[in-house]
Amino acid sequence: MAIEVRIPTILRSYTGGAKVVEGTGDSLNDLLSDLDGKYSGLRGRLITDQGALHRFVNVYVNDEDVRFLGALDAKLSDGDTVTILPAVAGGAFGFAAAAAIIGHGAAAAAIIGHGAAVAASPADRASAAR
Amino acid sequence: MLSIDRSIVEAIVAHARRDHPDEACGVVAGPAGADTPTRHIPMVNAARSMTFYEFDSMEQLRVWREMDDRDEEPAVIYHSHTATEAYPSRTDVSFAGEPGAHYLLVSTRDPDTEEIRSFRIVDGVVTEEPIRIVDATVDPNAVQSYMFGQSPATVDYECSGS
Repeated sequence: MAIEVRIPTILRSYTGGAKVVEGTGDSLNDLLSDLDGKYSGLRGRLITDQGALHRFVNVYVNDEDVRFLGALDAKLSDGDTVTILPAVAGGAFGFAAAAAIIGHGAAAAAIIGHGAAVAASPADRASAAR
Repeated sequence: MLSIDRSIVEAIVAHARRDHPDEACGVVAGPAGADTPTRHIPMVNAARSMTFYEFDSMEQLRVWREMDDRDEEPAVIYHSHTATEAYPSRTDVSFAGEPGAHYLLVSTRDPDTEEIRSFRIVDGVVTEEPIRIVDATVDPNAVQSYMFGQSPATVDYECSGS
């Protein structure tokens, strides 16, 4: 038996399009390492450089959010189902302020990583023109 | 192009007005692959904020599983901006994790004007698209196209999305 892992659309490029994959491990951390061996790069989308679970990725073991189960230390058993979902979040707040409120450097890094693509948005041009 | 039933748009606007001045958020599910939003699911804003929204993680799991069971996908993900325009903020773009969804924004900054716009957000790139409101309750064969601008009387922008 193994652990069934449900992959969200946005990460299926790592799994060759597969919606459900299987892995092994006694903890979420072990499972993600095992998966990264087969689907290189997947772990990096879920874990920050500091080694913590990304704030804006939701991971569930069966029906529980892993944040309530010890995050990466969450214990796993054969037959468990792990579900990964991108958190749905956003809002009118500026990105620096949002990152501060979130209190998470990785979130800020993720935002800044996208900043270049967004900087020339019509909204920014419009507000610059006002 | 986002095609969406008028009754769903009205329900989304009503949700945004009801939660004002906090941001409102939700999903419209549709059959997988059909690109047709059919089932409106208002979600709790776990952040309960005027400038930020976040789905409650447990509610999201329940709703996403339900969509999976019904062979649906999130056709539309919507939220409101309550003091600014209906355009994705950098925060919205950074967190956009459903490349197949239409990101619908409603601004409730003006109590008398509906401001509704739709976007694709893929790999950090925002593309506005027209919204076609389908009036199924009047005549299923009659379809009218609207472009939402910032005033109800005139269309003050155009976009060339498909």
